[in-house]
Formats: sequence, structure tokens, C-alpha cells
Amino acid sequence: MTVLTELTLAEARAGLRARQFSARELAGAYVATMEAARPLNVFITETPERALDMAAASDERLAKGEAGLIEGIPIAVKDLFCTKGVLTTAASHILDGFHPPYESTVTEKLWRAGGVMLGKTNMDEFAMGSSNTTSYYGPVENPWRRRQGHLGDNRPLVPGGSSGGSAAAVAARAALGATGTDTGGSIRQPASFCGIVGLKPTYGRCSRWGVVAFASSLDHPGPMARTVRDAAILLGAMAGHDPRDSTSAPLPVPDYEMALTGDIRGLRVGIPREYRVDGMPGEIETLWQQGVAWLREAGAEPVEITLPMTKYALPTYYIIAPAEASSNLARYDGVRFGLRVPGDTLDDMYELTRAAGFGAEVRRRVLIGTYVLSAGYYDAYYLKAQRVRTLIARDFAAAFGRVDCILTPTAPSAAFAIGEKADDPIAMYLNDVFTVPADLAGLPAVSVPAGLSADGLPLGLQVIGRAFDEATVLRVGDVVERAAQFTHRPPFIAGGH
Amino acid sequence: MALDKAAVAHIAALARIRLTEAELEPLAAELSHILMWVEQLGEIDTNDVPPMTSVAAMRLPMREDAVTDGNCRDAILGNAPQSAPEALRRGFFAVPKVVE
Repeated sequence: MTVLTELTLAEARAGLRARQFSARELAGAYVATMEAARPLNVFITETPERALDMAAASDERLAKGEAGLIEGIPIAVKDLFCTKGVLTTAASHILDGFHPPYESTVTEKLWRAGGVMLGKTNMDEFAMGSSNTTSYYGPVENPWRRRQGHLGDNRPLVPGGSSGGSAAAVAARAALGATGTDTGGSIRQPASFCGIVGLKPTYGRCSRWGVVAFASSLDHPGPMARTVRDAAILLGAMAGHDPRDSTSAPLPVPDYEMALTGDIRGLRVGIPREYRVDGMPGEIETLWQQGVAWLREAGAEPVEITLPMTKYALPTYYIIAPAEASSNLARYDGVRFGLRVPGDTLDDMYELTRAAGFGAEVRRRVLIGTYVLSAGYYDAYYLKAQRVRTLIARDFAAAFGRVDCILTPTAPSAAFAIGEKADDPIAMYLNDVFTVPADLAGLPAVSVPAGLSADGLPLGLQVIGRAFDEATVLRVGDVVERAAQFTHRPPFIAGGH
Repeated sequence: MALDKAAVAHIAALARIRLTEAELEPLAAELSHILMWVEQLGEIDTNDVPPMTSVAAMRLPMREDAVTDGNCRDAILGNAPQSAPEALRRGFFAVPKVVE
């Protein structure tokens, strides 16, 4: 018998349409694996009743031949997306008890396309982190472990972050697909750490409306899935113009599945020489060269390019993102929603509420952001960073005059143990060295699992494309996926199949 | 630039986050470490470079100046802290007294 949770999204969709199984059966299988995945701490809120109700409605539409794009597909939602009437926490204490009276545009589109909501996934608090250890609801565990006994180290590993719960859920078969958000790498880095596909679309492609804001000029909602095709299908359901987000692009959404032709003959692929950092394991360099060879064999032409500002992307990011965060997070004051700690005066109430409600990393970033925006320092830090951001975008613009896409590693390491890198914020920030530039430039980029490290952990390769050219990014990602034949499975599969 | 305890206390007051005396010293060290790291941007000559205002080459759209939403007071108040139920019942958020 087919194990329903082993099907890809595309296979499940075909099975549903052919009536080989019902949406209710599929949802039931995922409700069971969602429960079995509890040891990973993947979900903050499970919504099994809603899943079964939505699946029943999907079955009715399937019977009537009115199936939507992802009719009956069980989806996990990062707990940064507001879901009407369902607790939404951003993994922060300060949003205690918050039940949004509205639905985010992206999730509304998913439900309108027939998606079935399984629950809300754990994440780094306010999406600030690369390890999912800053969550008020505790860390998520990666379903992968180092090979038994490798150097005697079998500690639980981080799933990456900030969309760590979404990545771990998809990898452990506790969801068929998931939403994530990517501000500095928060879709692609956890995808790489968990051996799944994560796509950060172009800025403006997916609406930010109803997504709890971290850094508004950098926040990108996007899909996480087990295959490139599945990510393409989900992106098609999530993307599109939204008048409620003033930065949403008024552009038509192509059929991304049509882009997966396997034909990249003649395509020029940029290989940036700056994407090598001190301490990067040799096996990541080797995998990258392997990726270049795969694309060459498929008929593409590798071209060495230079992105000279790469080393400045992280410090630029760590001025701009905290600045925007300090402004966005000013709304958490204990007055209208979430946590309130009483105080004698209004300022007392604000200060006590925010001290109790924000975790250490969020507090650190709000303080940095407040400082770089404060009188006397704005020009030296914030304005300077925005000028460097222009230079980073110019680097990419110059490169895309010569090439059609860029291939890089996704992250400078495989997953690390929970608790590692915890005492040095900058060591943690360096996780995002290869992902932050595409956020600063707003460019689409996908991470595709391409191989295993020596100790048996997944490693991703990243394809970056021109603005609004997700189609090429997906086409090249699909070729990487076909060549890599990544069929490895994590040791923890929910339900134990 | 290195921040001292007084500077951290000032920033925390601006950010409306209450810190204890014991938290100031470690935070001063952490924040200084991060600031010194980002200051490597000083190596780059940006004199003739305009600051980025948007990654997308698009103008912000205008819409008709018309009411598109509203009449949802109860939905808005629905998430308010329950510390003053009487005020909520009458349609207000309640906060500590600000005017004597």
C-alpha cells in the first residue's frame, strides 16, 4: 500500500484528482504524522480539526470537478503568517494569546487554491535567528542526525532558521509543503540544513500583507517543499499582486511548472569567486564544483563572475534589518493585543511589557536598530548601509549583464548542534553569508539539496536569478535536483515509515 | 564605537525596554562587539552612491481616497488585554492614567 505521506505534492495532487485516495485520507495521514513529530517541537499550534474540515470541503470540490491548484494538499504555516481566529505568535511571548481577526494574503490564496491547513510552525522569535533556538516555545530539532557515532557526537541538531519548524516538518513528512519567510536566508538556510527545497521569490512577488513584520524592505514570503516541482506549484498558489501591500508587484504570475523543462542548454551560469569564506569545509567547495559540472554537462556555460561587495553584505544587513525591526516592533506596547505587564505609568507599562515579552536576540536587535537610527548616528550607520546596499545591488546588476543565473553554496556549513554558536552573535550571523546578498538585492533564489556532508548531513546549492525570473531559478534548480538525485532520508520520519 | 553602560541605558529608554543594572554591562559588551563589526563598512567609498530606497524599480501606487474597510470595532478590541473589562465593554483600550 502507498504510504500517503511519502508522496510528493505533485504526486499527491495527481492521486487526489484520479480519486485514488481522498483529501480526508491524506489529511488524516498528515494529522497522524504531525502528532508523531511532536518530539521535534515543530508546531506551535496544531489545527487537526480544521485540516479535516478543509479536506472534506476539498473532497466535495474534487467530486464536482472544481479542484483548485493545490486542492486537498496539507500545508504547514510558519507562525509569522496571521491566520484568522488561529493563535499567531511569531514565536514570541509578547504575542501571547493573539488571535488575528484577519487572514494573511498568502495563506488566503493557499486556502482559496484548495490548500488544507495543518497548523502553525515553530520559528526563531520574530524570524530573528538562523537556528530556531530563539523561539519562546523552545528549539526545534532537526530530523537529521550526524551518522551514528561520527566523532562520538550524536547531539540533536538545529534545523536552521528562522523557518526551522516549516523545514523540519516538510523533511520529517509532517507536512507536504510549508510557507516560510526569508529576510536574511530564513527559507533557504533551513531548507539546506533539512535537505528540502526552499524558494525565496523576488521582493514583491508574494504579498507581505498579514505577515508579522520584521524588516519590511527585506521580508520575503515563499514556499518550502520536498522537490523543486512542489515548490513551483506552491509558489504559483502564493504569488500575485495584492493592493494591500504597496510593494507588491502588479505583474502576472507565470505557470512555474511549465518552466521545468530540463533544458538549460546555452544558459550562462555565474560562479562568483567571492563565495568562499574562511573556515568553509572543503566538502562544500567540492559540492559546489560538482554543481558546476552538472550544469555544464546539461549544456549550460559556467562563467566566472565577481561580486566584490559580498563581504560587506552581512554588516550591511545587520544595520538595516535591526533598524527596520526596531521601528516595526514599536507596536508591541501591551496596549492593544498580546502580553501586558502592568505598570504605574504608561511608560512603566511599555518598558516592563517589552522587557518581559522580547527574548535576548530580539532585544539585542531592537537596541542596535534604535541606536543606528538615533540622532547623530543615522548618517554614519543607517545611511551608510543603504549606500552600500545600492552597491550590492549594482554588483548583481553588472553580473546579470553577463549571466542568466548564479550558482553558489546555500550555507557555509551543515546543520550544527543545538547550543553551538550560542554565545557569539556574530558567529551565528555568519550562517547567512551566502543568502543575505539576494535579500538585500530583492532577487529570487532557491536552495536545492545536492549532497551529504562526510557526517551524513544534507547540503544545499543555491541558484540566484534576475528579478521576477523565478522561472529560470526553478528550471536550473530542477536540473540540479535531477543531477543530484538526492534520495537520502532523515533518520527521523514522523510515523516511522 | 564602543558603548558604555550609560549609553546602553539611554538606548534602552528610547526603545522602551526596561533593563536591570546587572544587564547593562554584558549588553554594552555585546552591542559594542556588533557595532565594531559593522563599522568595516567604513572601508568603502560611498561618496557618490545614493542610498537605496527600494529594491524594486517601481513607483508606489496611488489609490482612490476612499474608505475600504471599517466597522469592526469588536474585532479590533477582541485581542485587548483583559485587565479592564469595563472599558472594553464601552469600546476603549485602557491604559494607566497619562493626564492628571
